[in-house]
Amino acid sequence: MNFTLKIWRQRDAKSQGAFETYKVTDISADTSFLEMMDILNNNLIHEGKEPVAFDHDCREGICGMCSMHINGHAHGPSQAVTTCQMYMRKFKDGSTITIEPWRSAAFPVIRDLVVDRGAYDKILQAGGFISVRTNSVPDGNAIPIPKKDADESMDAAACVGCGACAATCKNGSAMLFVAARVSSLAKLPQGRVEGARRAKAMVAKMDELGFGNCTNTGACQAQCPKSISIAHIARLNREFLAAKLQD
Amino acid sequence: MSCFLTNSSVGKKLVMSISGCFLVLFILFHMSMNLTVLFSREAYNLICEFLGANWYALAGTAVLAFGVAVHFIYAFILTINNYRARGKQRYAVTVQEKGVSWASKNMLVLGIIVVLGLGIHLIHFWSKMQLVEVMHSQFALGIDANGAEFTVHPANGALLMAYTFSKWYNVVIYLVWFAALWFHLTHGVWSMFQSAGFANDTWYPRLKCLANIVATLIFLGFAVVAVVCFLKSGDYIAEMVNWTPGL
Repeated sequence: MNFTLKIWRQRDAKSQGAFETYKVTDISADTSFLEMMDILNNNLIHEGKEPVAFDHDCREGICGMCSMHINGHAHGPSQAVTTCQMYMRKFKDGSTITIEPWRSAAFPVIRDLVVDRGAYDKILQAGGFISVRTNSVPDGNAIPIPKKDADESMDAAACVGCGACAATCKNGSAMLFVAARVSSLAKLPQGRVEGARRAKAMVAKMDELGFGNCTNTGACQAQCPKSISIAHIARLNREFLAAKLQD
Repeated sequence: MSCFLTNSSVGKKLVMSISGCFLVLFILFHMSMNLTVLFSREAYNLICEFLGANWYALAGTAVLAFGVAVHFIYAFILTINNYRARGKQRYAVTVQEKGVSWASKNMLVLGIIVVLGLGIHLIHFWSKMQLVEVMHSQFALGIDANGAEFTVHPANGALLMAYTFSKWYNVVIYLVWFAALWFHLTHGVWSMFQSAGFANDTWYPRLKCLANIVATLIFLGFAVVAVVCFLKSGDYIAEMVNWTPGL
């Protein structure tokens, strides 16, 4: 397969970026998108040009590092997968593929397709954890948890923190990410204890870091590689409002 | 407690939700009131007399104006905030995400059309009715179909309605207004439950169905009155031109 790639190139956070066009040829249909990017970079290095910088790590859809906006979709046109799990057979042979970095004020571009997603880490540090003893291993079933709650918690915990939600949202809102974190812990007895403090702290940090306000369009769940539901946003709203009303 | 309604994203959305809910309830009342004119012009004017410049009607108007102002001002605050959060650099390629309604992404534009329509509506009716009574003036001036001046009692709402909708372009303006309101409500009605935290995956289809029903009821309720008044304007004007208040 042959493709024309329109890729955003930007030297650093302060530089003005622009699209550059590249050709890749003889790509196997079973090549993953990131492998195709590796082939492109290999060619560029051989030509003595600067390779395209992009984030990647596990390449099996669990680390949340890959972050490209491909043909208008976060993580490309495949449903419910990260960029690394998408294959070139998803694209039409000979087509032009436009690749952009996440666009959100809270995710500044560092270089080419790499953005700084440290804002999500800061939100997590504000309350996305539980405070427990960490020495001995507790019994697995010491606290019985209803299956429904465990399932909902796990669905929310599937969030890999890739930033696709804020990058997709027309308001640059991080609500789906924050909601997934708050929801996954709120549904479990271990996390329930700090539920009120967590919801308040994480929303406050999210607002402080310049993310926008959720207007319930649902674009985030449509583009989320882990299919996180906006029902978790409703739970975050409940958690936050209940916590504030108790103050 | 008051601060989270002004300084947190979730709190501000709750204000949008509650003020929106209040406005929907008012619109439903207004629509029901309007339908009276189809059955009895006398009965409609009786309601107009009841809702004149009495203290309760004025208090109601003040609360209503406050509700509109809050919903409007918060919408602008949130939108400016969201615009900043989105960042200066926008995507070169965007798509309409699956399951994302057009209305949900254009609520501000639809809201502005609704407010502009409201302005026209206030000039057509409120300024000739309640305002006239507040100004302690008995009559307002109108122009009849032949271009001659005539006086309208401020409680003669049925005549004003027939007179306003006797002009086809007013009917068109009002129908466009109702259509914008329909779009606004198809997203707004279910969205207010989500923002307040009362929603989940089971209830999304139900809430969205409810939103469509409410929006359509409101559209049809208002539209039928405008259209019938247009078709029967001659009869209604002849019937009500010599009406005198009964209360």
